[in-house]
Amino acid sequence: MDVTRRHVLVGSGVAALAAAESIRQADSRATITMVSAEDVPFYSRPALAYLLTNELPESQLSIRSEREVAALGIERVTGLAEGLDAAAHELALSGGRRISYDRLLIATGAASIQADFPGAALDGAVHVDGLSEARDFVARARRARAAVVVGGGSTALELVEALQACGVATHYLMRGSRYWSKVFDAVESAIIEAQLIEQGVQLHRGCTVREAVGAKGVLTGVNTVDGRHIPCDLLAVAVGIRPRLELARAGGVATERGILTNEYLETSAADVYAAGDVAQIYDPVTRMAQLDTLWASALAQGTTAGLNMSGVRVAHRKRAPMNVTRLGGITVTIVGQVGASEDPDLLTLTRGQSERWMTDTDSWSVSGARTGDRLRVIVSGRVIVGAVVVGDQRVSRPLAHLVGEAVDISQLRPMLDANPNDAMDLLLSFCDAHVSDRTADHY
Amino acid sequence: MDAERVRLLATGLVVADPGRCVQCGICSHNCPCGIDVRAFARVAGAVTDARCVLCGSCVARCPRGTLSFTLLRQWT
Ligand SMILES: Cc1cc2nc3c(=O)[nH]c(=O)nc-3n(C[C@H](O)[C@H](O)[C@H](O)COP(=O)(O)OP(=O)(O)OC[C@H]3O[C@@H](n4cnc5c(N)ncnc54)[C@H](O)[C@@H]3O)c2cc1C
Ligand code: SF4
Ligand code: SF4
Repeated sequence: MDVTRRHVLVGSGVAALAAAESIRQADSRATITMVSAEDVPFYSRPALAYLLTNELPESQLSIRSEREVAALGIERVTGLAEGLDAAAHELALSGGRRISYDRLLIATGAASIQADFPGAALDGAVHVDGLSEARDFVARARRARAAVVVGGGSTALELVEALQACGVATHYLMRGSRYWSKVFDAVESAIIEAQLIEQGVQLHRGCTVREAVGAKGVLTGVNTVDGRHIPCDLLAVAVGIRPRLELARAGGVATERGILTNEYLETSAADVYAAGDVAQIYDPVTRMAQLDTLWASALAQGTTAGLNMSGVRVAHRKRAPMNVTRLGGITVTIVGQVGASEDPDLLTLTRGQSERWMTDTDSWSVSGARTGDRLRVIVSGRVIVGAVVVGDQRVSRPLAHLVGEAVDISQLRPMLDANPNDAMDLLLSFCDAHVSDRTADHY
Repeated sequence: MDAERVRLLATGLVVADPGRCVQCGICSHNCPCGIDVRAFARVAGAVTDARCVLCGSCVARCPRGTLSFTLLRQWT
């Protein structure tokens, strides 16, 4: 029997796009329908950070040419998918339209959560999940005189940078004593904080907002628990994100923190798959099901989901989660497992993060600090399981390789132990000698 | 043009580490030759456009450390 398979993808982020591309590569005849609440060409969500700082014009956001999109041959439907009858293989959109599928992908991403204090819904309290919010943020920042930023992770500092770029007086309020304590140690936090202070950001440590206040529904300032009032016309919130699970739950698909899938990206419902920020994927190596909110992970998962939906059985192999980001103007690479501590600024996972980073390990760390640069390597047994590289990035590429490939560093370890301040040079020469990677020849 | 530059133009090219790229387009936006570096990085893993003058703007501006120079003979 010669049948054309009907694929329906919910979402138009990188996970859904990658799935569409791998479906088309595997099956030239399949029909692909993409349902999304967003009605814009495919774009890079991390690029929004540079749109906010005016380093990138909106015309540069598109990540596929018109020719490439046309060649994919997908039908795009704008709308909100809100119902799922998994037994009948039918998706329901708001407004009543129903779409039948043979294979369904849920790639609905994750949404920012609201701050946990009164007044968080006032006009002027904002977050950035997508292009429309980014446009709104820029318009507001251009008019604003003073802004308060709450939250943590890279998103909070992207918003700080955006406000600074618009010349807005910026207060960054941290509930804890230091920046991003979930991932950074005290030295790393201090390097970033010093940079922010130098750029004129007003840092408030140990400062919790009691309430946001306003007049006629419009934000005018925040009151803090220690009795201060900070006037502001913009409150930028980055306290965490949560996978969008409503559709999966409406269809009775098993969820936990995300939509649970096996390594083939299959959910508990027959012919329903999940990928990207929304998916909590079981990893047979670690025997854990963890969330990632990383671009590269969403792309890889989308590709694998598309292949499996097309009948090509491929297991998703989780790579060492990595993010390279700019914090207060300093480049920072975070890879593998870097340990965990409490972070009162983040209520949930933040963007550009992996739960794997927080996995506890029997670890040992080495650090070497030169003015503004820092390197922390987390070693467990004979392998490097994680690293944080702040500033000088020469070693970040070889390190990502050592972590990803679990290279045996037992020869190197005594030298690192004895000379932690030379860690950078020791690692570079170890990689030169041991890594047969063509990147080692780059200059 | 100095001798080193001539040698580079004949033997070098810009390559990408795809695992780092978030397709932000900063590289394409800053290329003085109008090359869509982001697309080359994704599709070919290297800038194979003959217009590339190896000015290094994309390498220096990429916020993720995705791009680097390599020798042509080492790129397969
Ligand atoms: C400002 C910002 C900066 C970031 N920086 C980094 C970074 O530095 N590094 C990094 O690795 N990652 C970063 N990320 C995270 C990265 O962008 C995400 O991990 C990635 O985009 C996830 O892709 P996705 O396809 O799973 O979901 P998304 O890209 O979020 O796409 C989800 C799509 O589903 C649609 N949708 C949701 N629900 C429905 C519904 N019910 N019906 C129809 N459509 C629906 C949405 O409209 C959206 O189009 C950043 C994200 C943001 C917002
Ligand atoms: S600037 Fe870097 S991360 Fe951005 S698209 Fe270019 S190569 Fe990729
Ligand atoms: S090296 Fe210069 S000319 Fe070549 S792609 Fe990069 S920015 Fe363009």
